[in-house]
Amino acid sequence: MRAQVFPAVVMTLALTVVTGLCYPLAVTGLAQVLFPRQANGSLIVDHGAVVGSELIGQPFSDPKHFWSRPSATSPHAYNAASSGGSNLGPTNQALIDQVRQNVAALRRADPGNTAPVPVDLVTSSASGLDPDISVAAALYQVSRVARGRGLPVETVRRLVARHTAGRQFGILGEPRVNVLELNRALDSLR
Amino acid sequence: MTETGVIRILVFLTVVFLLVKPLGRYMARVYEGERTLLVRLVGPFERWLYRIAGVDPEADMPWQTYTIALLVFTVAGLLLLYALQRLQAVLPLNPQGMGPVDPSLAFNTATSFATNTNWQNYGGETTLSYLSQMAGLTVKDFTSAAVGMAVLMALIRGLTRRSATAIGNFWVDTVRGVLYILMPLSIAVALLLAWQGVPQTLSAYKTATLLEPASYAQPLTDASGKPVLDARGHPRTQTIKVTDQQIAVGPVASQIAIKQLGTNGGGFFNANSAHPFENPTPLSNFVELLSIILIPAAIVYTYGAMVRDTRQGWALLAAMTICFVPAAGVAVGFEQAGNPLFHSLGVDQAASALQPGGNMEGKEVRFGPIDSALWAVTTTSTSNGSVNSMHDSYTPIAGMVPMVMMHLGEIIYGGAGTGMYDMVALVIVAAFVAGLMVGRTPEYLGKKLEAFEMKMATIVVLVMPAIVLVGTALAAATAAGRAGVSNPGPHGFSELLYAFTSMGNNNGSAFAGLNGNTPFYNDIGAVVMWLGRFWEIVPVLAIAGSLGAKKIVPPSAGTLPTHTVLFVLWLVAVIVILGALSFLPVLALGPIVEQLLLAAGTTFK
Repeated sequence: MRAQVFPAVVMTLALTVVTGLCYPLAVTGLAQVLFPRQANGSLIVDHGAVVGSELIGQPFSDPKHFWSRPSATSPHAYNAASSGGSNLGPTNQALIDQVRQNVAALRRADPGNTAPVPVDLVTSSASGLDPDISVAAALYQVSRVARGRGLPVETVRRLVARHTAGRQFGILGEPRVNVLELNRALDSLR
Repeated sequence: MTETGVIRILVFLTVVFLLVKPLGRYMARVYEGERTLLVRLVGPFERWLYRIAGVDPEADMPWQTYTIALLVFTVAGLLLLYALQRLQAVLPLNPQGMGPVDPSLAFNTATSFATNTNWQNYGGETTLSYLSQMAGLTVKDFTSAAVGMAVLMALIRGLTRRSATAIGNFWVDTVRGVLYILMPLSIAVALLLAWQGVPQTLSAYKTATLLEPASYAQPLTDASGKPVLDARGHPRTQTIKVTDQQIAVGPVASQIAIKQLGTNGGGFFNANSAHPFENPTPLSNFVELLSIILIPAAIVYTYGAMVRDTRQGWALLAAMTICFVPAAGVAVGFEQAGNPLFHSLGVDQAASALQPGGNMEGKEVRFGPIDSALWAVTTTSTSNGSVNSMHDSYTPIAGMVPMVMMHLGEIIYGGAGTGMYDMVALVIVAAFVAGLMVGRTPEYLGKKLEAFEMKMATIVVLVMPAIVLVGTALAAATAAGRAGVSNPGPHGFSELLYAFTSMGNNNGSAFAGLNGNTPFYNDIGAVVMWLGRFWEIVPVLAIAGSLGAKKIVPPSAGTLPTHTVLFVLWLVAVIVILGALSFLPVLALGPIVEQLLLAAGTTFK
């Protein structure tokens, strides 16, 4: 056994240098040169100030904005320094209560709208940072946003269509709308 | 299941099978020491490594020496990872000023990564410095995967050598796995992921100004940490305004690449591959999903190539796929159907062109139920354990499928190397039982199977159910164990069962509502993960040694061929019967009864 201790120690240290320092640093260098925007968090910069990341969702509760999905991050929603889901099980009464409250909040903000609520708009995402909502969830909110801003419904609907990303290569993932980018476009209409 | 679901599964498996042969053949060449393109580039460095470590690459080891080298190497790595976490506060590359990791958590995480489990009791972005992530976790991702593959190579040599006393050189197998297989694949995958939006930076967390400031109510506590109550006995809260968003970044892409390729699964972030920075787009999801299964599937071809009969490899791949496809179908189907309790709440769960629908609690919109459930099955049929959705929030049967995949022993493709050597143990059991049934001498690939091999194969097959079931029982029977449960009713029991299933199989995924960061789960979990890994590796190496010492009997009329359709079906039957006998009763107490209650509209408080 003693014969293996020296190689074990040397190999551990050598492979730590190779895979733990050389490899990540080399990838960092390459990524910073090849994809500098993505490598630094796909940040959105407006007049020199960072206003968010394309990939990280933000909370919205103003009826004049599109709302993101519920977020279970702690201690507040969309805490991008502490990701996580609700982990509520399917038969947990707390889950049912939360969904019911989320439906009620949407209905309160838009009393005339009796359409069923798209499920992603009332359930917490896995990361708590989901930047997207489904197209159905965006369309569900169009009438509320249009009324709140005094805009024609058709204008807002067109804006949603412009910010809709389809399946990647027509086959991967799901169609979706990036909420932060949609709201920024909405704000810039004024 | 919708048509989209069926197509998605088929596309995925087609791409996997297209890559099996080229990668499998390349890996065989690497381990047989043939010259590959990379040898010119990396060869001098490889030889320099052996020289400074005092290793003679030509010296073959008997199985006992091989085992000792493996264990000593694992312990050395474990100690280094433990030390890194404890000392991270005073080491460089810690822009967020993370303090030392608590000893119990550091011990659990070190064991978890040294055993290729990557059980995540830590929350990456809130606990670990960049140095701990890079020089700690990433390193173990490489070495623990290379060690798993090395064990398989030793077993293959046992099967193919005749009257040999040695089964290869542990250091050479491990170093080659890292330098020639894992490293080039990781660089390619890391750059693909960075292109899609996975950060790769050493700078501190970013701060953004929220478009719409938010506020939340925080419970007030007094000096001793107790909640302050108002006159009516309700906890008092203060309103806190949030105007900024702190965004965690780091050297993520490099770690995610090897986390998937090495079937490790431990995330950079707490939310693992559900986090938009670990897995930003459907394409990144596909690349990661492929990376999870790539080496486990291709190494089956490597196996066939190295035993000089590729039919053996294809036969085993067929058996694995026969188990994989229905499991994926069931999980995707149940998640697409959604939660029946939502129907009366005015919620639309139907899949359409405008929404993925289904059970979206704990899922990301860009993945939806199809890509999420397919991932859940893939990550547990291999020994990966990364998640892109929260399994705890799955409908009961869809949440049971990942457990069943682990209960079968993670052999349906399995971990890098580990899946294949466990599969060979099952093949030995299947060949032995079949031999007894038809009155032939049990043999496999020309090697006679005798009492010693059977004893060792039985240990490999039965230790896992034993530690999973004993661990679950212990957690359910003790207050410390039950304290971790977060969901009421049978789902709470499923959380316990999932936890021990995952740790005992070195998977690492979780029903993450379970609060595992307690001394009970950190310490018992570490023991379970250690046993789950080495009570399989040591008997497998013993089989390798024992088979290697035997002669090879040429096939005769009395030989049971192991590449036929009949044998494949027999093997699947043995796998399913063993898994079902061991685990059906305990599954009835958790997910099965929960599904029945869910259908009846029952909820729990």
